[in-house]
Amino acid sequence: MLRLVNGPQTVGNGPAFWISFLVVLVGALVYPLFADAYDVGNFAYFLLWVFMALGLCLMWGYCGMLSFGQTFFFGIAGYAYGVLAINFGGGTMTLAALVLAVLLAALAALVLGYFLIWGRVGGVFFGIVTLSATLVLAFFLGQTAGPEWRIGEARLNGFNGMKGMDPLNVPWFDDETLYFEGSSLYYLAIGMIVLVYLGLRMLLNSRFGNVIVAIREDPQRAELLGYDVRKYQLVTFIIGSSLAGLSGVLYTSWGQFITPSSVGLPAAAMPIVWVAFSGRGDITATMVGSFLILVAFQTITVHSQQAALILMGAMLLTTVMVAPQGFVIGVARLVGRLFRRGPSARAGD
Amino acid sequence: MYQFADVFAFLILSAAGLAIVFGMMGVINMAHGEFIMCGAYVTVGLVHGGVPLPLAQLGGVLAAAVIGVVVEVLIVRKFYSRPLDSLLATWGLSLVVTQGMLIVVGSSVAGIGTPPGSFTVGEYSFSVYRLVLFGGALAALALIYVIFMRTRFGVHARATMQNPRMAQSLGVRVGRIYGLSFGIGAGLAGLCGALYAPTMTLIPTMGATFIVESFVTVVVGGANVLLGTAPAGLLLAGVRTALNAWAGQIVGQIGMLLAVIIIIRLLPEGVSGFLARRSR
Repeated sequence: MLRLVNGPQTVGNGPAFWISFLVVLVGALVYPLFADAYDVGNFAYFLLWVFMALGLCLMWGYCGMLSFGQTFFFGIAGYAYGVLAINFGGGTMTLAALVLAVLLAALAALVLGYFLIWGRVGGVFFGIVTLSATLVLAFFLGQTAGPEWRIGEARLNGFNGMKGMDPLNVPWFDDETLYFEGSSLYYLAIGMIVLVYLGLRMLLNSRFGNVIVAIREDPQRAELLGYDVRKYQLVTFIIGSSLAGLSGVLYTSWGQFITPSSVGLPAAAMPIVWVAFSGRGDITATMVGSFLILVAFQTITVHSQQAALILMGAMLLTTVMVAPQGFVIGVARLVGRLFRRGPSARAGD
Repeated sequence: MYQFADVFAFLILSAAGLAIVFGMMGVINMAHGEFIMCGAYVTVGLVHGGVPLPLAQLGGVLAAAVIGVVVEVLIVRKFYSRPLDSLLATWGLSLVVTQGMLIVVGSSVAGIGTPPGSFTVGEYSFSVYRLVLFGGALAALALIYVIFMRTRFGVHARATMQNPRMAQSLGVRVGRIYGLSFGIGAGLAGLCGALYAPTMTLIPTMGATFIVESFVTVVVGGANVLLGTAPAGLLLAGVRTALNAWAGQIVGQIGMLLAVIIIIRLLPEGVSGFLARRSR
């Protein structure tokens, strides 16, 4: 089972890769000891978006389904977490809210995915239908300003967004409560990313992963080989969308608010930019690339949000025109080629 | 009935340009909303400059069409073999344009007001300009029909749509056809913006208001735009009007989306695929 972390569908299988993986992980774990609390909180914020990018990478890069609906599921789970956390009265029940919210996103993915995949909606239509759903959700949430829009105790508040829910927390020693904020949220995010990343690697190198790559290459051929393409696509869609839901929950918990603007445009374009620029063909590239873009994006946003978004648009445009496979993958392959010029070096690609 | 005409006009006007580009080249132009915005801004700018409204609207259409041709030559042309990448490239363009406009012209400009005039039917009072919009939608459909069915360009365009290589070897300049088609599509988007400019506030993100409607109409219409767009508009306008009257705008929009999702489950090739099979 564990051997599956290495395999043909993921870049970076040798000891050199895993040593550098451990170095980065240890570096990430000791980082809060040296940095000030504000920076650690910021890093936690960057990390929580990575799940959404990984989910999109799985659907788009490996299975060939370009979903523009990542923020749809992000919003569903984010709002669901808020509503549940407020109605459960916070406390340890926030963990239940986390699980339920992600399950709700998965359920939404199941329903939407069923209609799209069984309707044989492919290619560009898959993208624009998921995007339409996302925009309609954003419009809907935007007009929930009135007091009649409440679910239990939770008011949705239209454009101003919902706020006032407890962050994720667990009971800690000495009757204290550990709230996942700042560095504890950072460690939670790191832990979850490691789990999700290794889990996805195992999934991708398993039989399931090989089948979805076959579907990406040629759905008809995969079908003729006896696989029910639709089931594999649906499962992939659910996993990828649930990861977006996980991002949504962590986001709501991080800032204790969520607004419709994190669902609609231009937010819906962001995961696409991260994954396209990083390289949709590999989850390691997506993880590293998305994180780097988020850091850079935040740095520019401080000066001008519009400028940052223009840069994102320009990045998307240049990526597809110059390096359709993504920049991070391109650079990584170049570096790999420079360092290991042996006959066996290319085997892992 | 009047509401129906209104919704129908909105769907057809916002979708026509997108449908042409998709039908001809298999490209979904994500910057479609920005061409609409362009048409609207040019119209309002010209009106502020003292040009009468109809001429200003013509100016908006032409500006959008010219920009459309430029965009086709510079960007879209490179992606005909990779439709998904063209989606991403035009989306990137759309982000750049929207945010660029926010920086350059600010978040809103002064509107120009709906042309006055109204008539009454029974106890309801209707604006004449709404009739103009409906007329505009019908005119757009008629224009598409005339261009593609009654001109030499149309023959070449339909040949290209059916089989680009074959058309090329028979002497059709496929590149030019594509460029012109994209220009027509952008011009129709500009027309949508120009016609709706007097009725709404101009903001750089206004394209997003139209884009859902245009997407779903094209999706329901299916691959053959000449056959599919109008029936798809009729169908969706029916659903939308009924739900609007029953439970308000937002339910109308959600209901329309749900209807679309169910329709594509039942008719995977869209309305045009369904009609084509029936007539065979």
